[in-house]
Amino acid sequence: MKTVVRADTETATATPEFEKAALRQESRRGLFLAMPAYLYLIFFFVISLFIVFIYSFATRNRFGGTDLSGWNLDSYARISEPIVRDVLFRSVWLAFLTTVICLVIAYPFAYFLSTRRVAVRNIMLVFVMIPFWTNFLVRNFAWRVILGNDGPLTNTTEFLGLGSAELLFTQTAVVLGLVYGYLPFMILPLYAAIERIDRRLLEASRDLYGTGLQSFRHVLFPLSMPGVIAGSILVFVPSLGAYVTPEILGGAKTTLLGSYIVTQFLTARNWPFGAALSFVLMLVMLVTTIVYFRKGGRTL
Amino acid sequence: MSTSVEPRGWAKAALHVNGWFVYMFFYAPIVLLVIYSFSNSRNVGTWGGFTLDWYRDFFDSSNARGALSNSVKIAIFSTIISVVLGTMAALSLERFTFRGKKVFDALLYLPIIIPDVTMAVMMLLFFGEFFDVLDALFGLGLRKGFWSISISHIAFNISFVSVVVRARLAGMDTDLEEAAIDLYASRWKAFRYVTFPQIVPGIAGGALLAMTLSLDDVVITQFVAGPGWTTLPVYVFGLIRKGVTPLINAVSVTMLVVSMLLVVLSIVAQRVRRSG
Repeated sequence: MKTVVRADTETATATPEFEKAALRQESRRGLFLAMPAYLYLIFFFVISLFIVFIYSFATRNRFGGTDLSGWNLDSYARISEPIVRDVLFRSVWLAFLTTVICLVIAYPFAYFLSTRRVAVRNIMLVFVMIPFWTNFLVRNFAWRVILGNDGPLTNTTEFLGLGSAELLFTQTAVVLGLVYGYLPFMILPLYAAIERIDRRLLEASRDLYGTGLQSFRHVLFPLSMPGVIAGSILVFVPSLGAYVTPEILGGAKTTLLGSYIVTQFLTARNWPFGAALSFVLMLVMLVTTIVYFRKGGRTL
Repeated sequence: MSTSVEPRGWAKAALHVNGWFVYMFFYAPIVLLVIYSFSNSRNVGTWGGFTLDWYRDFFDSSNARGALSNSVKIAIFSTIISVVLGTMAALSLERFTFRGKKVFDALLYLPIIIPDVTMAVMMLLFFGEFFDVLDALFGLGLRKGFWSISISHIAFNISFVSVVVRARLAGMDTDLEEAAIDLYASRWKAFRYVTFPQIVPGIAGGALLAMTLSLDDVVITQFVAGPGWTTLPVYVFGLIRKGVTPLINAVSVTMLVVSMLLVVLSIVAQRVRRSG
């Protein structure tokens, strides 16, 4: 235990040898405990990412197999092709839209949560956590039922005389599904950030005759920035790589990066190109998170 | 006297409305799905009177039952392994200092934030390259299916378990552990009789979470499952893509109920106050 060792070092300054030996033993024990998981992660995340990287430079042969010899940048060059570019732009645009909508809904909600009594707040939080962890596939499927032909939504709009709302298989349906799936990812970090803010700062801004809007713009929002960024990363990255949602709620014209990658592997059998695209996706994720942590963000 | 920062007037009303809207948005689709799963109509979104037929079809279907039993086997196996590895990882990070600790810490976050699709691709290529090698080394007779799916689920579950257990360890007083050591308990005994009883709720919470994530995973499983091997979510996903039938409503609601039950139990376990 590091605290015990520290206590020893305070009293036993006369025997640095003993101290060093104890520290070494602690270090060995820690490493021993960490080792199995450490190796597991190195195997499945570091080495396998390296394999993806190597595959991205390989060539697809005529039979749909992959030739690892003859490295080239063809797969990366294909990213500038119009079809691929469309998929990329659409993915970024829809992921961005999803993030903004989540932020607009989640921000007032997180603030509202932070003004509730602790007991009430805990219950409210549990009801946000439940959808956060429950089956994503089923939660998206629920929207398929609602938006479907002759489903509750069209029946309601027809009853109201608005005509049938045909949302299924459109981009709107995909964004709806993504917002539904990832909204808790925005609420939780936002709440964590807003809850930490010292209320007295808001009171001070009001005391100094700031309007509600001014205290929001100059006090609350800047102080909650770590939560805004963490939530945005947690929504944007998985939306960009979404596969299940566009597959269930989207149509032929709503292919997103995630589904496009899956197609490369399971249907088109162009593994090098799929590998290159997943590597790009991984890079986007890594860069955004690293930048965030470098800027001093802590919650994610 | 400070000005109150409590929102008033229309702002207060708007916050309340938004709050209700969020909960409606979260739960209305789920409630509707449950209702329609009992509907006696060929159309998934139309009410045609009460029936349990779709549930009977689900439990009568040998494909669905096979997929269900695969899912359960994989969930139990991958949960056990990831709980052991995840708890050890959490202990090492919260109670020890060692070389490479920072890298390990960062590495543990990777499975949580990595997009499903990327991880699926990584696993697919990994098994493509390494299964033969592992097989030759350990002679496990590894085939794509149970092993490849379980190994992948363990890979992401270690991280989730360790996050939950770490939260428990971090919120715990170290006084008792120190007292045990001061009274000449060995490190193992201090862990066994002092630390472990206190982190049991965290471990249980992590285990239940790992089980849900394993039971729910579609994308990664679909990539690494060999021919003839399917789990319940992958089976359902396949059915949805072929065309929506009321049977899917029934299977979905069953999965949803199990998933929610595990999540609620996990949250409850994590909130249990120190028991020992």
